[in-house]
Amino acid sequence: MADHEASAHLFTPDRLDEETSMTTQTNAGLQPVATRPTSAPRRRGSRLEQRRQRWGWLFVSPFLAVFALFLVFPLFYAFGMSLFTSTLATGTKFTGLENYAKAFTDPLFLEGLLRVAAFAIVMIPAQLIVALAAALVLDSLTSWLSKLSRLLIFVPYAIPVVIGALMWSFLYSPKFGPSATLFTAVGLPTPDFLASDTVFGSLVNIVTWQWSGYYMVVIYAALRSIDPSIYEAARIDGANGWQTATRIKLPMISSSMVMVITFALIGTLQFFTEPVVLRNIAQGAIDAAYTPNMYAYSLAFSYSQFNYASAIAFSLGALVFAGSYLFLFLTRKQSGLK
Amino acid sequence: MKSKLLAVGGTVAIAAAALTGCSAGESSATECTNKIVNADATQVSVWAWYPAFEDVVDLFNQSHDDVQICWTNAGQGNDEYTKFSTALEAGSGAPDVIMLESEVLSSFSIRDGLVDLTEFGADDVKGDYTEGAWKDVSSGDAVYAIPVDGGPMGMLYRQDILDQYGIAAPTTWDEFAAAAQTLKDAGAPGVLADFPTNGRAYNQALFAQAGSVPFEYDNANPTEIGIDVNDEGSKKVNAYWNDLVSKGLVATDDAFTADYNTKLVDGSYAIYVAAAWGPGYLGGLSDADSDAVWRAAPVPQWDPANPVQINWGGSTFAVTSQAKDKEAAAVVAKEVFGTEEAWKIGIEKAALFPLWKPILESDYFRDLEYPFFGGQQINKDVFLDAAAGYTGFTFSPFQNYAYDQLTEQLYAMVQGEKDSDAALDDLQASLEKYAGEQGFTLK
Repeated sequence: MADHEASAHLFTPDRLDEETSMTTQTNAGLQPVATRPTSAPRRRGSRLEQRRQRWGWLFVSPFLAVFALFLVFPLFYAFGMSLFTSTLATGTKFTGLENYAKAFTDPLFLEGLLRVAAFAIVMIPAQLIVALAAALVLDSLTSWLSKLSRLLIFVPYAIPVVIGALMWSFLYSPKFGPSATLFTAVGLPTPDFLASDTVFGSLVNIVTWQWSGYYMVVIYAALRSIDPSIYEAARIDGANGWQTATRIKLPMISSSMVMVITFALIGTLQFFTEPVVLRNIAQGAIDAAYTPNMYAYSLAFSYSQFNYASAIAFSLGALVFAGSYLFLFLTRKQSGLK
Repeated sequence: MKSKLLAVGGTVAIAAAALTGCSAGESSATECTNKIVNADATQVSVWAWYPAFEDVVDLFNQSHDDVQICWTNAGQGNDEYTKFSTALEAGSGAPDVIMLESEVLSSFSIRDGLVDLTEFGADDVKGDYTEGAWKDVSSGDAVYAIPVDGGPMGMLYRQDILDQYGIAAPTTWDEFAAAAQTLKDAGAPGVLADFPTNGRAYNQALFAQAGSVPFEYDNANPTEIGIDVNDEGSKKVNAYWNDLVSKGLVATDDAFTADYNTKLVDGSYAIYVAAAWGPGYLGGLSDADSDAVWRAAPVPQWDPANPVQINWGGSTFAVTSQAKDKEAAAVVAKEVFGTEEAWKIGIEKAALFPLWKPILESDYFRDLEYPFFGGQQINKDVFLDAAAGYTGFTFSPFQNYAYDQLTEQLYAMVQGEKDSDAALDDLQASLEKYAGEQGFTLK
């Protein structure tokens, strides 16, 4: 909580009424105490301490065993695979990092990366704006309608991704979908949602529909945890609803916003399920290497190039890690991770 | 303290063992979809997705004392291939006998996934199949599967729609184009036919009719391949369809989607150029026009003086390299569809087109009347000739990739991004590059 208030202070523009900034300063004054929480002096070598640690290891060991078996080992195994090259005609041989050199010069992989980058640029702001607007509106309403709306906005997230994408593929269908009826009713030509230049927007729409509700709930929860006395102070200072939202609420939930964007970023870079489902009805517009994840999948399971697929998957993993790390580094002040 | 630790550790270990033990028990191949009749006999696991296959399996199990089939449906087409491919990579998990379309046989034999059946008596049954069918399962001297059903092609058409616009069923591709124009000029709500860019084997069959031989490949010399997908014949056919597409005379809907299935039977397409399994496929679709009048005719020709028959699809039974008892597995592959009783189930319940000569050449099959076609004897009229004229086809060991690339190029073409010749030239370049990366030398 102290961190939230500290970042609120950082985000409070100078123009804000003096009284309000006083409130935040008072809170910010607490910050240095709170940022050094658990560095109590430790007596190393104490038998008691050692015994405690031994018990600690015992309690985490079931997790560690599962973690090692199902995450660390497969990762190492896949990395090992990526160091070999297996071709149909000549068999398998050790080639070191050659697969990685190939991956980063492979136009299909690079095009896929550019495509998910484009998706990130369009899709993340779209989801964020919808989620934030819904959360801010719901936060300032207190009627039964707001509770119902909160549930309804969240419902798409409760639908499995595959089912959601299948449902949309029927909605987009020129034969079964409602679009033909709707557009002819108003005298417009029916758009083809699955052509090569429109499928991008169709995918953005599915993802935004599915995930905005989830992000809305995260942001809404963060908004509910703000101390109402701050709003009271703001009201006394004469701040209107808009000012309260942009100058107080937004800065105070910035750490949640960073978390939401990080989730959205990782999810977008690993974009897979929706295009795979939509590919069933639009094989021309969505090719087998549409996103890097799909490329790795087709390489492994359609073209049986398991080794190169591992290299692609690892390269993507490294880029996702680098991307999220960079983002968290750039936003370390907002997220309170500094 | 130590003993307590050990005790807790031991419990964890036992729990872990119980967990793994449980999963090992489940993965053992003892779950059959069918009932085993003779429990003492050798069991052969089979993956297949034929409709009504359970009846065929029961028939086999009742008539064999020493071998029993344990059947699983592991998915249709690519779903099954993905599982098989993963099992091959993992070194275990494949069935003993697997249903494969003939077009993917090379893709799996090059990975040493299939057993050469010449050692297990394949030649004994060679005489039961046509030359074209046998060529599809052979590579050089090796035989990698036993043929089951085929897909000789014909033309299924809506007599009622063609009559309404005064069009005779086309016998050549020129007539076909003229009919498409007539239909459009008359303002018909539908089009004459569909040209799916994801037709894969369908598109390739159309090219093959004009003499295209896309691949030269022999398993005896597995590192050498000939690729020729931009030959004159393919270019002629591709230009023909691109012309129809650009004039708006045919649709370019993706095949095998819900939209396509509906359009096939609701009169959106007046003609469905189809394989012999097409009638069964149509019969299984819902939302059909109740007053539709379907008839079958031979596939249109480029040169009616020298008709060329083509094939789309068809499946086989192969013995996998992971089979425990290869002898017994080969018996299953050879005999499961090796009786008239089995084939009557296959023909009447699953709408398969047999490649097994004793039934293929029987009066029963020739004279069979199909209610879907108003009692027309479609085998006698169309498909038997088509099957007899088929001389076989060679597929590449990376057929899935080749098809994906074909779809990409054809899609770019119908989108107007490139002309029909450039699409095939680009396809040739991409396949040559891929073959090189996979370590093949080009012939």
